[in-house]
Amino acid sequence: MKKYQSITNKLAPVLALAFVAGLWYLCSDREWIPAYMLPSPVEVAKAFVTNMPVMLGQAVYTLQEAFYGLGIGVVLAFGAASLMDAFPFLYKAVYPLLIITQTVPTIAIAPLLVLWLGFGMAPKITLVTITTFFPITVGLLGGFSSADPDAIRLMRSMGAGKRKIFRYVKLPSAAGSFFSGLRISASYAIVGAVISEWLGGFHGLGVYMTRLQKAYAFDRMFAVIVFISLISLLLMAFVSLLQRLAMPWEKKENRSVTYE
Amino acid sequence: MELLKAQGIDKSYGEKQVLGGVSLLLREGELVCLLGVSGCGKTTLFNVLSGLEKPDSGQVFLSGREITGQPGQVSYMLQKDLLFPYRKVIDNVCLPLILGGMKKKEARQKAEPLFETFGLQGTQDKYPAQLSGGMRQRAALLRTYLSSHGAALLDEPFSALDTITKGMIHRWYLEVMEKIKLSTLFITHDIDEAVLLSDRIYILAGRPAAITHEIVVDTPRPRAEDFSLTQAFLDYKKQVISCLHLS
Repeated sequence: MKKYQSITNKLAPVLALAFVAGLWYLCSDREWIPAYMLPSPVEVAKAFVTNMPVMLGQAVYTLQEAFYGLGIGVVLAFGAASLMDAFPFLYKAVYPLLIITQTVPTIAIAPLLVLWLGFGMAPKITLVTITTFFPITVGLLGGFSSADPDAIRLMRSMGAGKRKIFRYVKLPSAAGSFFSGLRISASYAIVGAVISEWLGGFHGLGVYMTRLQKAYAFDRMFAVIVFISLISLLLMAFVSLLQRLAMPWEKKENRSVTYE
Repeated sequence: MELLKAQGIDKSYGEKQVLGGVSLLLREGELVCLLGVSGCGKTTLFNVLSGLEKPDSGQVFLSGREITGQPGQVSYMLQKDLLFPYRKVIDNVCLPLILGGMKKKEARQKAEPLFETFGLQGTQDKYPAQLSGGMRQRAALLRTYLSSHGAALLDEPFSALDTITKGMIHRWYLEVMEKIKLSTLFITHDIDEAVLLSDRIYILAGRPAAITHEIVVDTPRPRAEDFSLTQAFLDYKKQVISCLHLS
């Protein structure tokens, strides 16, 4: 029964995907949309296979930028969220600033970063850091404040100070929302890296895409888009795997009552 | 022997005085209930006794040593079991020992043999979500026991349980108390529970609250299974009810 359910659960999205692909195929096969505007999915699939070595070669740069940026973002987010949790004054002062930084369009700062930091990896990593920092910080802050006040009271009654309360209650309470933030940030990281490459650089999937665009090689361009989506999905799946490993108490078999 | 003693505890929040000169005493091995209507200041009193809050005046002593406003001396168990969902049962139970500076391995060794006493054998490596309500409460009690220096404050520990589980846990609780000799001050608003479990009952009432009556339940322990059906039990109950009405 359970197995059957999981198949029907997967059936709906697979059908939807097949429908979109079918429609796409029809559009280009019947030439409702001319091939120079929308390449057929078959062409894209071919380009995907033949271009794989090139895309992988470029992806090495993009992934490096994304990982470094995300890594720095995570470290900074941890630092900022912990400090803001420890000092309410800091929280009140900095939180509105954080929100404001989020309303600044990244696409607008990217050229500035290139201007300031050059055409190398530095501006890309910086942009990824800026975009990934926020969801993780907000996730962590939400997690810290979700800690049960009674649990904190209990810890205090056991003689625990602020630090131990942070370590034994607040930090583990924030694990779930941290990973939610990380999952979003992982996909932001790839997109952020690609955008900043697009706006100036020598290597990476973004640079490669601008070249394809100038050559009107739309089939290969679509292949890169699909490739980027796949990388993002893989990365998000990897974060989910990390989460399962880091939070064994959330596993189904560890949640059902087994003793009476 | 005197274990936990409070003398003339006053506590106000702003204009509102909650506690007005509360004095009480818990002797070693005793089980004392604190009975009062909801909102009469029981929890404030426990916060003061556990050192979470400082009283405006008055003192708290543990075995003759003043511990006013010092947390970590008397263990405190709340109505919710507050087992941390992300720690295995054994790690939950060991937490007070680890907070006290003990090594993890050593703490586990100390806690391990008590699992059987508390009817928790085999649950060490489970997560709290895998235990039933009664078991979680017992695990919380074991943690309270391990964090205590002989005295424990229990704030309505069984009030969230259903009647049948509650009856079972009462019987179990009295048995365990015989074995571990934990001196307990117990908040409840359940009169039956108070008479059934305690050696003495304090009635906390008034605004600001003070101890208005003390009732000694001197039926020796272990008490018979049908104690709650006897005339003696009913007499105590009547006495408690009349005290609550008078005050």
